[in-house]
Amino acid sequence: MIWNEEMECMPVQERRALQFYRLRSAIRRAYERIPAYKKKFDAQGLEPDDIRQLEDLAKLPFTTKDDLRENYPFGMFAVPMEKIVRVHSSSGTTGKPVVVGYTREDIDLWSETMARTLCCAGGTQNDIIQIAYGYGLFTGGLGVHYGAEKLGATVVPISGGNTQRQVMIMQDFGVTLLACTPSYALFIAETAEEMGVDLKTLKLRAGVFGAEPWSGEMRVEIEKRLYCKAIDIYGLSEIIGPGVSSECEEQNGLHVFDDHFYPEIIDPATGNPLPPGEKGELVFTCMTKAAFPVIRFRTRDISRLIPDPCPCGRTHIRMERVTGRTDDMLIIRGVNVFPSQIETVLFQTQGVEPHYLIIVDKRGVMDELTIQVEVEEKIFSDEIRRLEELQQRIAKEIEATLGLSAKVQLVEPKTIERSMGKAKRVIDRRL
Amino acid sequence: MKPRQISVFVENRTGRVAEVTRILGEGGINIRAASLADTHDFGIVRLIVDRVDEALTLLRSKQFTALDTEVVAVEIADEPGSLAKVLAILDQDNVNVEYLYGFTERGAQKAILIFRFENTNQAVEALERNRIQILSGEELGRL
Repeated sequence: MIWNEEMECMPVQERRALQFYRLRSAIRRAYERIPAYKKKFDAQGLEPDDIRQLEDLAKLPFTTKDDLRENYPFGMFAVPMEKIVRVHSSSGTTGKPVVVGYTREDIDLWSETMARTLCCAGGTQNDIIQIAYGYGLFTGGLGVHYGAEKLGATVVPISGGNTQRQVMIMQDFGVTLLACTPSYALFIAETAEEMGVDLKTLKLRAGVFGAEPWSGEMRVEIEKRLYCKAIDIYGLSEIIGPGVSSECEEQNGLHVFDDHFYPEIIDPATGNPLPPGEKGELVFTCMTKAAFPVIRFRTRDISRLIPDPCPCGRTHIRMERVTGRTDDMLIIRGVNVFPSQIETVLFQTQGVEPHYLIIVDKRGVMDELTIQVEVEEKIFSDEIRRLEELQQRIAKEIEATLGLSAKVQLVEPKTIERSMGKAKRVIDRRL
Repeated sequence: MKPRQISVFVENRTGRVAEVTRILGEGGINIRAASLADTHDFGIVRLIVDRVDEALTLLRSKQFTALDTEVVAVEIADEPGSLAKVLAILDQDNVNVEYLYGFTERGAQKAILIFRFENTNQAVEALERNRIQILSGEELGRL
């Protein structure tokens, strides 16, 4: 079932006209209502009227996460606060948090794209949806929730955690659709297996999984153990939250709801747009949002656009599953981690910056973070106790800083590979 | 001058300790005493050698992390009860022992104990007061 056939199956040429109209409107709104955008455009001598065709979008400057951070908390809102009915925020562990805002119409828009997403996974009003994404400032829980209610399905707003209870509810309530991160899906499977629950007997038939990158192998694993179809969904709070794009039942690329979010692929080094089919950095422009109309937001996610028609009938352009980032950010057990954070901790705990290596593995269903630290003379001690204390102190600081536990391994000097340019600080063995 | 013991950091994987001793052997360094303290992931090799500075230079040139630490060397009679006597003296004065190891000297019918103390001066004072024979670095090196 397609939620909104008129929009989702619109002929591409017709949609282009709609996109152009909506884009012009959004650019004008941003220019007139958000000082940061007026400043950016004026600096380049640009005006909303300079956009005379879709391709002219490439003339406009990008918006980065830093731009949003600089305008914390509400500097990028295009409407007065009394029109804002909801805010969401990133956690802010890597700097000032990014706060996003929604008007009533924006919430409706979000519910619409999320309802489309659930329909992409075969969802209907007859479904019982267990939402195990976190509810709160994170956009995941409430995002899926409103979409599911719009769809008319029965919503089980369980949020994350208490996994044994999640399994019980999945069983007792006859849940048919699961919404959570792919890692958590596997953890639910594992917990159910430990509890002796036969997952084959459950009514679960599909899941919408996102908020972190996951491999084809992981999809096979989830589908095997949970006996359900595992659909990849994509979103980011700066654009709206979950509901920016979604795989359909073909599971071959994610349909971008491009009547609302205009996608581009750019060369991350030069910023030049790339032709469809080429891999590069995903950039989105919000064409219809009232409160937070970001223009050309650089996601730092790497993907490519697939313009070919899809057998499902939807004409929304597809994007390939995201497999990497342009920056060095990692997502470990759902937490964003930058290697520079680890560097800061190491420097603070010893006053020196020893050579280190971050290793991310998958142990069963969970991500495991190991940090190897070379023992140089400055941090060496003749006493086992002191070295163990050092190990523990680093682990404790990492946990306090990242909100994530890590194994700390002390290794001999020069065992970590050196390099000429940017040191290879991370070995991610998961994907 | 107090004896200096060499401590070397090694990972807990095969061949590392062997590598340390190979390097010293090739450099003509004579090891007088050795001990290995280990944890799950790593170990510390502790050595009394005849030429401390040379040994340190050699190990560092081969990328090992090595330090020298001040230890106390005590000479006692090689007979039952003599280790107990020394420890009782230290105990009485509340001297904290970090670690110790010992070896015998065949010809002289003596035993040598190498101590690492939390507070070296306090320990030396207590031992001397009780007339326990303490060896200097030179004496230890010449054994």
